[in-house]
Amino acid sequence: MRRVEASDLEAIAIGSAVYGTGGGGDPYVGKLLAQQAMRAHGGVNLIDTSEVGDDDLVVPVAMAGAPTVLLEKLGDVDTIVQALRALEHHLGRRATALMSAEVGGLNSTIPFSAAAALGLPLVDADTMGRAFPEIQMTLATLAGVPACPIAMTDEKGNAVVVSAVDNHWAERFVRSALTEMGGAAFLALMPMTGAQLRRAAVRGSISQAWRTGQAWLDARAQHHNPIVELRRVTGGFHLFSGKLSDVQRTMSGGFCRGHAQIDGLDGDSGRSVRLHFQNEFLLAESQGEVLASTPDLIVTVDLETGEPITAEQARFGLRVAVLGIPCVADWRTPAALALVGPGRFGYAVDYRPIEQLALDR
Amino acid sequence: MAATRNPARGLRVGIDVGGTNTDAVLMCGREVLHGCKTGTTSDVTSGVLTALRQVMKGAGVSPADIGAVMIGTTQFTNAIIERRRLAPVGLLRLALPATRGVAPTAGWPRDMCAAFDLHSCLLAGGHEFDGREIAALDADGVARAATLFAASGVQDVAIAGVFSFLDDSHERAAQAIVQRCMPEARITLASRIGRVGLLERENAAILNASLGPLGLQVVSAFEQALADSGIQAPFYLTQNDGTLLSAADAARLPILTVASGPTNSMRGAAFLSGLRDAIVVDIGGTTTDVGMLQAGFPRQAGVAVEVGGVRTNFRMPDVLSIGLGGGSLVSADGEYVGPQSVGWRIASEALVFGGGTLTASDVAVAAGHARMGDVSRVAGLEVAMVQRGRDRIRAMVAAAVERVRTTPEPLPVLVVGGGSILLGGRLDGVDLRIPPHHDVANAVGAAMAQVSGESDRVVQLAGTTREAAMAAVRADAEHAAVSAGADPDTLEMIDSEDVPLSYLPGQATRIRVRVVGNLAAHGETA
Repeated sequence: MRRVEASDLEAIAIGSAVYGTGGGGDPYVGKLLAQQAMRAHGGVNLIDTSEVGDDDLVVPVAMAGAPTVLLEKLGDVDTIVQALRALEHHLGRRATALMSAEVGGLNSTIPFSAAAALGLPLVDADTMGRAFPEIQMTLATLAGVPACPIAMTDEKGNAVVVSAVDNHWAERFVRSALTEMGGAAFLALMPMTGAQLRRAAVRGSISQAWRTGQAWLDARAQHHNPIVELRRVTGGFHLFSGKLSDVQRTMSGGFCRGHAQIDGLDGDSGRSVRLHFQNEFLLAESQGEVLASTPDLIVTVDLETGEPITAEQARFGLRVAVLGIPCVADWRTPAALALVGPGRFGYAVDYRPIEQLALDR
Repeated sequence: MAATRNPARGLRVGIDVGGTNTDAVLMCGREVLHGCKTGTTSDVTSGVLTALRQVMKGAGVSPADIGAVMIGTTQFTNAIIERRRLAPVGLLRLALPATRGVAPTAGWPRDMCAAFDLHSCLLAGGHEFDGREIAALDADGVARAATLFAASGVQDVAIAGVFSFLDDSHERAAQAIVQRCMPEARITLASRIGRVGLLERENAAILNASLGPLGLQVVSAFEQALADSGIQAPFYLTQNDGTLLSAADAARLPILTVASGPTNSMRGAAFLSGLRDAIVVDIGGTTTDVGMLQAGFPRQAGVAVEVGGVRTNFRMPDVLSIGLGGGSLVSADGEYVGPQSVGWRIASEALVFGGGTLTASDVAVAAGHARMGDVSRVAGLEVAMVQRGRDRIRAMVAAAVERVRTTPEPLPVLVVGGGSILLGGRLDGVDLRIPPHHDVANAVGAAMAQVSGESDRVVQLAGTTREAAMAAVRADAEHAAVSAGADPDTLEMIDSEDVPLSYLPGQATRIRVRVVGNLAAHGETA
């Protein structure tokens, strides 16, 4: 068990922006939300999956919706607690620990706010090891843990409990309720026992985000190259460096879809890369050649500062480095690739692990 | 291609009001006719007046020959950084029941929160992404808050609504109510100065509001100085992106000028050297700013730009500041230089000026890099110490240049600013260049400030392509820039953004394009 104080969220937020792979919502807002709650209620105990009893009830809490909406509506810990209470009421039992559904982006820090407000421990794990746009895109789905029941709430006090026959239906109902709730809502979902947790979660992923963020902060403080440090601590690859020359986005069904064009600089001058995103960066290609694809992580960082840049923040003129980070091994099975591979998002390319693509170049 | 002198309208004066010096240049087209440096005065007006008179006298022109005056000032930036002269602000956040979990000023440095009184009021209002209201605007609440603000002596009000960059109707309705309750209030609407991101937009609005009284004061000081000098030409302030802001707009929106200093110095250096890609080192009295020019424009900072520790979403040049300047204190053995500085007191405290403090300027004089003050007062300094001090100064600048450099190939390094003597014209392994008029580069940058044009339209993409729609909006922006006095041949697009509005039929998209061009040499500037 480790005690996490409000000040530790700086590093966790930066690390989770890296694992957000361009999406997952701005961790800055999640950090402020959690810090406000932790200053009012105190720190949070971060526990290992081994510290959870087999019959304990672990509930992930999350914010779901379009990143732009989160930047505007900011959120509120009471709304998160209301979602948890609605789920507990439906289940007829109380949660013994909370968890992050996705380590990437806002949802790594959001659960800290509710854990602080309720005095509950937070499990050092998540269900993705990155960020993905849809509710069923979790290792829990592969492990047979359903996302339902899901309780979702908005700031107006509305609460909806979704009991769907499978995770794909759950995603559909949640999406349509999200639109009614203004494009963003808080969710308590995927309740699981300690025994299920150990099959369905990426163990230690919050600590990994913390280490990643701390390495970035240390590199900045000691004037080391932050991009080199990020590669080291994440085991990632440098894919491309360039300047953003065009960004196209559309917003539909709560998603921010589009692509960013990057014209090469330095060693990459004369080439260009297109990053396709649906909230997260999902495919990086250069003149027909795939540099990286989902479920491996594609991360853009400021070329100078190494600061992660989301698809939402991508804009004309920014100079970025594109990094690729291997996903957790569980995502590379045929069943997993059917759930989160490039084809699932409508890209007609075959998945190849980023380590192999790097060897080919 | 010597510019022809056209006494009718062709002459421009660029002024840079810094913390220590007020610099002025007189330019005809692309030619610098005269430049001068005077001390900044506490009232600002008399310093600017002195600079205007000197520069006109030096160039041999009369006030009637001046077509336009462009002023870059650090007064607003310094007020924020030094947490001085900031007015109390009343903030209305139109958002409830949303946004309760993150209070206004969350994430601000503590000393900034303490720098001025902020009366925050969260009220029902604001919009959803799809255009619905989150809640109806709490008009009674706005009126109550305004009454409270007035009772607390607040005159400056900031109003920020959720999604106000898509729909500003609640901000405008609240503005009307505040205006009715507080007829004297100066009101900043967040939708006018910011983009997506409620906190960043709200922060910018709060800072702008707190600069309210200073904005009026500074602009009227400039007006007075111009009137006293006999110049009747219009004057502009330079804004963050190196373009011009009318005096009236600057008085209302001073926050738009906070990054103009580095922009002016880098653009001035680019102009004076004729280089488009270089590293610019601006050495002042207390600090040295190092930035990078790419294709003639300052490299922009990344995503979150902090102003005095407060997060905003402005576009600003990415500049590294180190504590080294002409007034920097030097340790007795020459090992340490800065960051403490005697600042503007250099004229009395440096050894060469009869003072008792060893400064970086004394080291430069002792090393034979510059002649100023009484050279004999540093003649007795130990040679090894002087060399160590000079080497230390060069090493500090070289390290900063290295950090800013983002390309492996060596770029020329342009040194500007009054403190450029510190380097003695040399930096090991670096192609160092000191352009003519380098000591007034900021004022030159102001004089060369460009004219911008912006178009911001909601277009239907059904039945057309995104490219065609962008081109149409860009043509609008170019037209606006040319009507404002830009030379059509110099127009460049510096920003484009499209935000799809999914709630409207026909793939409605809001497209914003910003173009800039040079002020036409003989164009209408009035």
